[in-house]
Amino acid sequence: MPAYPFSAIVAQDNMKLALLIAAVDPSVGGVLVFGDRGTGKSTAVRALAALLPKMRVVDNCAYGCDPGKPAGLCSACGPDRKKKDLPSHLAPVPVVDLPLGATEDRVIGALDLELALAKGEKAFEPGLLARAHRGFLYIDEVNLLEDHLVDLLLDVAASGENVVEREGLSIRHPARFVLVGSGNPEEGELRPQLLDRFGLAVDVKTPDTLDVRVEVVSRRDAYDRDPAAFSVKWDSKDRGLRRRISAARQRLASVDVPLRTLQDATRLCMALGTDGLRGELTLVRTARALAALDGDKTVEERHLRRIAIPALSHRLRRNPLDDSSAVTRVERALREVFGP
Amino acid sequence: MMPPDEARQHMAGDATLAAKLFAIDPVATGIALRAHAGPVRDLWLSQLRPLLGSTSLRRLPLNISDDRLLGGVDLTATLRAGRLVAERGLLAEADGGIVVMAMAERVAPMAVARITRMQDTNSVAVERAGLGLLLPARIGLIAFDEGIATDERPPASLMDRLAFHIDLTHVALADLSEPDCDRQAIEAATDRLRTVTADADAVSALCQAAMSLGIDSVRAPLFALRVARIAAALADRSRVETPDLAIAARLVLAPRATRDPRQQSEENAGQSQAPEQAKNEGENSQTEGDAPDQDRDAGRDSAWLSDLVVQAAASSLPLGLLKQFAGEGTRHARTADAGRAGASMRSTQRGRPIGTRSGQLRQGRLNIVETLRAAAPWQAVRRRQVQGRNNGTSMAGERQARLLVRPDDFRLIRYEQHTQTTTIFAVDASGSSALHRLAEAKGAVELLLNDCYVRRDQVAVLAFRGQGSDLILPPTRSLVRAKRSLAGLPAGGATPLAGGIAGATGLAETIRRHGHTPIIVILTDGRANIARDGTMGRPQAIEDALGAARHLRQLGCTTLLIDTSPRPQALAERMAREMGARYLPLPYADATKLSEAVRLVSPRG
Repeated sequence: MPAYPFSAIVAQDNMKLALLIAAVDPSVGGVLVFGDRGTGKSTAVRALAALLPKMRVVDNCAYGCDPGKPAGLCSACGPDRKKKDLPSHLAPVPVVDLPLGATEDRVIGALDLELALAKGEKAFEPGLLARAHRGFLYIDEVNLLEDHLVDLLLDVAASGENVVEREGLSIRHPARFVLVGSGNPEEGELRPQLLDRFGLAVDVKTPDTLDVRVEVVSRRDAYDRDPAAFSVKWDSKDRGLRRRISAARQRLASVDVPLRTLQDATRLCMALGTDGLRGELTLVRTARALAALDGDKTVEERHLRRIAIPALSHRLRRNPLDDSSAVTRVERALREVFGP
Repeated sequence: MMPPDEARQHMAGDATLAAKLFAIDPVATGIALRAHAGPVRDLWLSQLRPLLGSTSLRRLPLNISDDRLLGGVDLTATLRAGRLVAERGLLAEADGGIVVMAMAERVAPMAVARITRMQDTNSVAVERAGLGLLLPARIGLIAFDEGIATDERPPASLMDRLAFHIDLTHVALADLSEPDCDRQAIEAATDRLRTVTADADAVSALCQAAMSLGIDSVRAPLFALRVARIAAALADRSRVETPDLAIAARLVLAPRATRDPRQQSEENAGQSQAPEQAKNEGENSQTEGDAPDQDRDAGRDSAWLSDLVVQAAASSLPLGLLKQFAGEGTRHARTADAGRAGASMRSTQRGRPIGTRSGQLRQGRLNIVETLRAAAPWQAVRRRQVQGRNNGTSMAGERQARLLVRPDDFRLIRYEQHTQTTTIFAVDASGSSALHRLAEAKGAVELLLNDCYVRRDQVAVLAFRGQGSDLILPPTRSLVRAKRSLAGLPAGGATPLAGGIAGATGLAETIRRHGHTPIIVILTDGRANIARDGTMGRPQAIEDALGAARHLRQLGCTTLLIDTSPRPQALAERMAREMGARYLPLPYADATKLSEAVRLVSPRG
């Protein structure tokens, strides 16, 4: 059954934009989608898999290494063979769904039990982290995930490398992926440390106008009744979006970030009192990815304005006595720095 | 008091109708059935059974482990075959059938998250103990809700994904009549279902009705549309007509309603702009949308249709209907979106597995996969050893064994038993300075919640004023929910200190019964003036309060009494002594100090 097409998702522009930005520049560091029930959070992430342009992968590599980047190769592909002669093929970008209840050995990988029992060989069986390399790792209900798994994921996501030291195995392999989490704040809060590790955080709300809701219901209903026909109908839109992502990726390196924009970003973060420099960094990177998506050559104030809320709102220190939401505070700071 | 016959039969009729519609397409709908375990529910289920034909029906026990729910390693087969053999979990086994979940209001949030995911994807993903599988699981779910209190309901995330919400609590055995169709009729309707169409007006009417009933989730109108279509198929219609929409409104939308559109139009005509606006927008969009549509029949105007749907829903709204007869106060009328997760966190936490360690078999439960992993590297060596020892003689036992496992290899599952702490704030909301004190308590609660994810604590707030105490915030970890509940905290009136202490004691007992550790923080000036029996009078009130305090001491939980009066009171100190509490005079208690104080008495940092 084909997944619900990405371009058929009604409204929720912030969520879609955040996912597209992560697809263009994985270094923005993960997307967190928090919000009401039944707003298409999971649908959007699962739709992403079908949308992304295919990538080149080294043949028979357990980690899906990129032949174009000799620096990031795994131990099997890297040192032995020199540069260009790696045979490769096109493969879909992995969007790995981390199910709740997954055990640690399946996530980081473990001793291959079958080989060990049958032949007495010590072999490593890669886990979900290996499968998610160069793609997306999706955690639904991220606020319900076990703490020790959360810590582990954060560590790997930050370092881009999975280090396995267990059962007599000592293995390290590249694991660079975009962490996508979703959840409902009513089921429990997300730990603050985890919160600011996500590059972008979007708040999704139930659409409050009738036409949008009618559109959501009719499209979903059409999909449920005939998924194949529905996908065909939206295929050209999805393809257009795919081309836009590919074009943006190529353009990304050449997008110019003028000093003025950097100063603006810093002023904005200072006005908000965000901790550390991660805020500025993410803000500039996302603005650049946005400019690339829009086909612009330089990053300007309007890009910063458009992306400031998802890039910064989750990094503010929470002040329980100040009732205004984080979004309002970012909007206020935007007005202070850039004027109305 | 039971509702009159007519209303009961109405509810019973809905339950029977829901059973029929559910049988036509169980996977796409699902039922939440609120009823006590008993003959009425059994009768309903036995009436549903023949409608389902040969479809299998399985029960999902409350305490199911992940291994059985999702799947895991089949031990015997694995050992026999010498390779990893997977065993399907209950969800995968029940593919194509019906699963009945008993006591859904007490299911742990973890299990619920796995089930809702199954509902979303119609499959079960297993990434456990050396296995990575994706198995189909197309299941019709029936959740039995045996809750009694109004807020005792299955988790909102589960309810949101079940089309029918049926209530049999007030239905008597005689009210339920035999469904007027058989399996053949159901099968015929299932066949017809694919061809039933619904026009844009119908979709729009359902969405509009959902909005004016105050239903946020988009899943509700989607379910309503499905149900309307199923109802049309049952009635042998090729497209959805008004009666089908009415059925959908009654069975799907009405139970989810958070406001009564009738009351609203009566009470505050000025403030009911939202639905008005929605209607206008609806009409606008409709005229635009309909412009190219040539053959639109005159009477089926979307707004008119929507009104009809709202009326159908409103006619069976449980608000008003149940409230009158079941004697339930308006106060607890409905907090449909309040989110039950915080409260259901209290359900049995037997500790969760956090890894393995080596040890003796009788010390715990064996983790098979880890044990095999530990044994695996040594197989060749051990086999040689065994051969050497038995050198040439005929050997039974170990040589034939595929696997040589030694006691050293045993790996036991380590559980982490988390005794969660729940801090109860009992706040004196009486008198003049109450507003200030309440504000501080609110601030402290939010500060505590802020880092409670790390501390894994829950917080509850109890306010006492006037005649007794109110549980304003049931134990929760959700900041969103806490903020919402605290926002509308009332203040003023006399000081029923005895009632307040008794309320906190009762709550602490409940929390302890759920296996958590209660901490009580009482904010008061100690000047009680309402006795237990509700009469005014200082001496009796103080006597009662001291009695309640002694009772609280017997509970033996950590208690903190914060004296909030401008000058420390001897009475408050004595009260603290009687209840075995730490006494802390904080005349200018501010939120930060308060949360610091609580942190100090907490068992863990």
